[in-house]
Amino acid sequence: MNSYPDWWKLVFGRFTLEAIPYHEPILLATFAGVVIGGLALIALITRMKAWGYLWHEWFTSVDHKKIGIMYMVLGIVMLLRGFADALMMRGQQAIAFGANEGYLPPHHYDQIFTAHGVIMIFFVAMPLVTGLMNYVVPLQIGARDVAFPFLNNFSFWMTVGGVVLVMASLFVGEFAKVGWLAYPPLSGAAYSPGVGMDYYLWALQIAGVGTTLSGINLIATIVKMRAPGMDMMKMPVFTWTALCTNVLIVASFPILAGTLALLTLDRYVGTNFFTNDLGGNPMMYVNLIWIWGHPEVYILILPVFGVYSEVASTFSGKRLFGYTSMVYATVVITILSYLVWLHHFFTMGSGASVNSFFGITTMIISIPTGAKIFNWLFTMYRGRIRFELPMMWLLAFMLTFVIGGMTGVMLAVPPADFILHNSLFLIAHFHNVIIGGVVFGAFAGITYWFPKAFGFKLDEFWGRLSFWFWVIGFYVAFMPLYVLGLMGVTRRVNHFEDPSLQIWFVIAAFGAVLIALGILCFLIQIGVSILRREQLRDTTGDPWDGRTLEWSTSSPPPAYNFAFTPVIHDHDTWADMKKRGYRRPLTGFKPIHMPKNTGAGLIISAFATICGFALVWYIWWLAALAFIAVIATAIAHTFNYNRDFHIPAEAVLREENARTEQLGQA
Amino acid sequence: MTTATALDTDKADIPVFHVTEDEHEHSGGSTMLGFWMYLMSDCLVFAVLFATFGVLGRNYAAGPSGADLFDLKLVAVNTTMLLLSSITYGFAMLAMDKGRQAAVQGWLAVTGLFGLAFIGIELYEFHHMILEGATPMRSAFLSSFFTLVGTHGLHVTFGLIWLTVLMVQVSQRGLIEANRRRLMCLSMFWHFLDVVWIGVFSFVYLMGVLK
Amino acid sequence: MMNRRFLALLPLFALLGGCQAVLLSPSGDVALQQRNLMLISTGLMLTVILPVMALTVFFAWRYRASAKAEYDPDWNHSLPLEVVIWAVPLLIIVILGALTWMGTHLLDPYRPLNRISATAPIATPQGGEAQVRKQPLVIQVVALDWKWLFLYPQQGIASVNEVVAPVNQPIEFRITASSVMNSLFIPALAGQIYAMPGMQTKLNAVINHAGDFEGFSANYSGEGFSGMRFRFRGVEGNGFEDWVKAARDKGDKLGREEYLVFERPSEREPARQFGSVAPDLYDAILNMCVDRAKMCMRDMMAMDAKGGGGKEGISTVMALEYDKSVRRGGAPLPPRPFVTAICTPADVYGKGGVTAQVAN
Repeated sequence: MNSYPDWWKLVFGRFTLEAIPYHEPILLATFAGVVIGGLALIALITRMKAWGYLWHEWFTSVDHKKIGIMYMVLGIVMLLRGFADALMMRGQQAIAFGANEGYLPPHHYDQIFTAHGVIMIFFVAMPLVTGLMNYVVPLQIGARDVAFPFLNNFSFWMTVGGVVLVMASLFVGEFAKVGWLAYPPLSGAAYSPGVGMDYYLWALQIAGVGTTLSGINLIATIVKMRAPGMDMMKMPVFTWTALCTNVLIVASFPILAGTLALLTLDRYVGTNFFTNDLGGNPMMYVNLIWIWGHPEVYILILPVFGVYSEVASTFSGKRLFGYTSMVYATVVITILSYLVWLHHFFTMGSGASVNSFFGITTMIISIPTGAKIFNWLFTMYRGRIRFELPMMWLLAFMLTFVIGGMTGVMLAVPPADFILHNSLFLIAHFHNVIIGGVVFGAFAGITYWFPKAFGFKLDEFWGRLSFWFWVIGFYVAFMPLYVLGLMGVTRRVNHFEDPSLQIWFVIAAFGAVLIALGILCFLIQIGVSILRREQLRDTTGDPWDGRTLEWSTSSPPPAYNFAFTPVIHDHDTWADMKKRGYRRPLTGFKPIHMPKNTGAGLIISAFATICGFALVWYIWWLAALAFIAVIATAIAHTFNYNRDFHIPAEAVLREENARTEQLGQA
Repeated sequence: MTTATALDTDKADIPVFHVTEDEHEHSGGSTMLGFWMYLMSDCLVFAVLFATFGVLGRNYAAGPSGADLFDLKLVAVNTTMLLLSSITYGFAMLAMDKGRQAAVQGWLAVTGLFGLAFIGIELYEFHHMILEGATPMRSAFLSSFFTLVGTHGLHVTFGLIWLTVLMVQVSQRGLIEANRRRLMCLSMFWHFLDVVWIGVFSFVYLMGVLK
Repeated sequence: MMNRRFLALLPLFALLGGCQAVLLSPSGDVALQQRNLMLISTGLMLTVILPVMALTVFFAWRYRASAKAEYDPDWNHSLPLEVVIWAVPLLIIVILGALTWMGTHLLDPYRPLNRISATAPIATPQGGEAQVRKQPLVIQVVALDWKWLFLYPQQGIASVNEVVAPVNQPIEFRITASSVMNSLFIPALAGQIYAMPGMQTKLNAVINHAGDFEGFSANYSGEGFSGMRFRFRGVEGNGFEDWVKAARDKGDKLGREEYLVFERPSEREPARQFGSVAPDLYDAILNMCVDRAKMCMRDMMAMDAKGGGGKEGISTVMALEYDKSVRRGGAPLPPRPFVTAICTPADVYGKGGVTAQVAN
């Protein structure tokens, strides 16, 4: 660094050529792979002359359906990255015993487990649930779009901005080496002086803005844009869980933003919020981050509870058992999730009364969660269960999640937590609830709504293969971790002395390989389904004999979703409509008022990402320029008053006639 | 709902399943709700900063305390500026309801001037403290003080930029519905900052000096 | 064919039987009670989880579409059933909550022990009313980058990456850290507790069986974290006295200057002992003033409680050359202000000045 002249520092900040990790073969190979893959993709798009199509139809789209799909694609792509990290960790831990140091030195290993956590939570699970909510909620409530379509597009691109920064850290500099929640003082300037922590901070800050705004957007949508007749207790359960999720987002992500901002000030300005010296208090950070962090796990799980509810009722051919108690359970979980954060650090010495209070509030959450499980159970009772893929994911979830719930309550007992905290038992627990809950639910949701989004079902064979690989792989990968936890093995260790542990790590690594096959089968499933799309075609718009409003439109739905705004009489609206002899209107269409596409969201996010990158590397001039560009673009966007248009009645008629024809063929 | 009629009502027992006329677009309603939610989320950011100040506000690190540093008279003047700006913004909104564009612009300009005065005084105060050596780096108390007050100041600055933009837009297009909605949002934002400042004034300055 | 496949699985079961699940068979009374609580809570929850799992499978099979079982598509509510599905988890949580409340208070790491083991009380009757409580052995623990320092104030010795205690002797750990957060965890002995710079946590525990046990940091603390392991030895008879004597005989000294060198990051330090330790060292570490140029946290907090150091306090700050980043091998930071002891008006407050007082 010191050998670089002053002009270099002025222009490039602390960026140096050494920051490119060309001496790390793993990274180099990855980089080569990404470059080749990226170039191939770019070449393909260029050859297909698809740039204009992508830009006009997708990137600048304000259509909630397209944005939802883009979120899902983002989540799946990042799943590959996050999972590659997981495989590397499992590989390292399976071989690094005694004299064998493994192939990942701490410098690399510590980045990998940090990146794995950050990516899986923020850039896999969050986009997947946000994508599902974005796609499904407006359709379920009979709306034509979300309340703020432009904001929706902007939120998506801010999430992408965070992703870009995290991915950039792979090839330019390094990522944080602090664990996914970055406790100070370790994450402070004194102990983590490199760029990794700064990548972490700016990536989460930028993505967090997007998440918060998308939360506001969906709440406004659900509160204000429900079709006539749909009072709160007639909303589909998925919409209810989406509402509670977004309330949680809006009420917790600002806390994350504030907390990270304070840590950023500590690192950049030299303030003393979380330092050891001069009156700072690192425990303050731990409290604040978990006041966000605990609601965050419910942000992930609540929407998939909604997915499971829809799946249970659809594939049992039956109304959901205990709709009211399901709704109340969701609301109770939402509220309680703010009263449990301290259970993440019982071992910080808070004293017995505080610990027992938070231990007991944590256990109380298992009551509404248990009620939900029972509700799904009794939805199956006297049903007529079709074992389609979503239903299988539901069953796998019910059998797996209760184990995770049980170990969760064990961890909530403070004296037991004193021996289990930070152990691999804990790791097994939260993977048990996140994979067994969120991931299974995301797959159930993807399989369930895929025909709605694309007009054809997913291939059954490869889906089942993927399902079994995932489920068996999960058990093989994580049951050994429970055992290792009971053997007193702690997390984030990259080398072990005790050879008796090795066999368990080898089994776990084998499980991870099985999951990798599950992911591979899922990708093949998508590919095969696209190739076989004509055989898998859904012409009815209602391939599963669905019960909620989204199944009343065509697959895929027209841009305007509903030619006429529906009127709701029951919470299983579509089942009710089918039962009572609903007939599609064929004439009398009117022009439909719709928002216009705009590129402003993408441009602002791009500048914000550049600003973040410049701040990471201390390239102050670029940061200032990019920040001004963000503000200027935002202001310029407000001068555009011409934001909507009407789809002419003839176009609606054309579209609806095509659907009539399609239905006739079915 | 009154516009709801069914197209196929040949069977009496089939209820109405869709409306034929879309209700008038009340996009403004969603905007107000959405903006209010944004303010609540912003309120949480301030809550974090207040909580931080609450925890760290007495950690002077053997350095100066609020009693040593704050000039209450100056802060009182500053508070007056912000309160007055809220009142003048209120006048602007009253004028908007009456559709008097020139009066709206006038009151907005006065509001902007009061806001500028507020920012100016705050900058003077910060400058003075930093010159004395009481920098944000000196102690956890000063870190949380500068961050809390500074974040509020940044919000006011952002409000001023927004106010300027809106004045240009009103002059270009007049008090059309979109502009009225925007003025309403800024109004909520501006009063929100006033409320936060009352918290800052009592919690940070008054209690800091009183101990 | 089936049988052979089953045989192939046998080694796996042997593995399960042979694995050393230390948490399930600990050697200290506290860890044992924590394990019992864990097992009881598991058992309690299994009473509802096993039926749920069985019912899930049963319903899925019973009401499969091809079975043409009873089908009631509109059945979606039953008050008695709803009462049961809320009441059963509630009941379990009430029981578990009560257990938690008691267990958390009884096993609070700060609470002095009230028994040596299930059969041995802590106080031995000495005839009549008189009872003698066993006084705890105090061990002060410092988590450093990336090693553990154990100070024995009653014996005047210190030990690196090895801690020794007599069997059936109550131990009181007082725990702090030098730079970042760690967690002191000896699974065979008792649950863990965080080690944090500038703060002290406590852990009361006792070891009931002699032996060598593993101890480590359970909270990630950076580059050398994986190697941050130590040995905990429970010894019988005169083992402890012999060990102390051997340490004293070797005669290595640990004063403030030695500590400042020792504090620098290092990995996988071999176990070794110091025969004499500066009596105020732990207190200085806890108050982050081993370097005499720095004001002790205790003094700083006393001043802050009285309203800070005033505007003059600003000038007690001067840039100090060293910073921890350099000591951890990182790039140097721009000079940061540190409070120094030079201008502490200590006597004004009658607090006894900067020189750290010897605790205990």
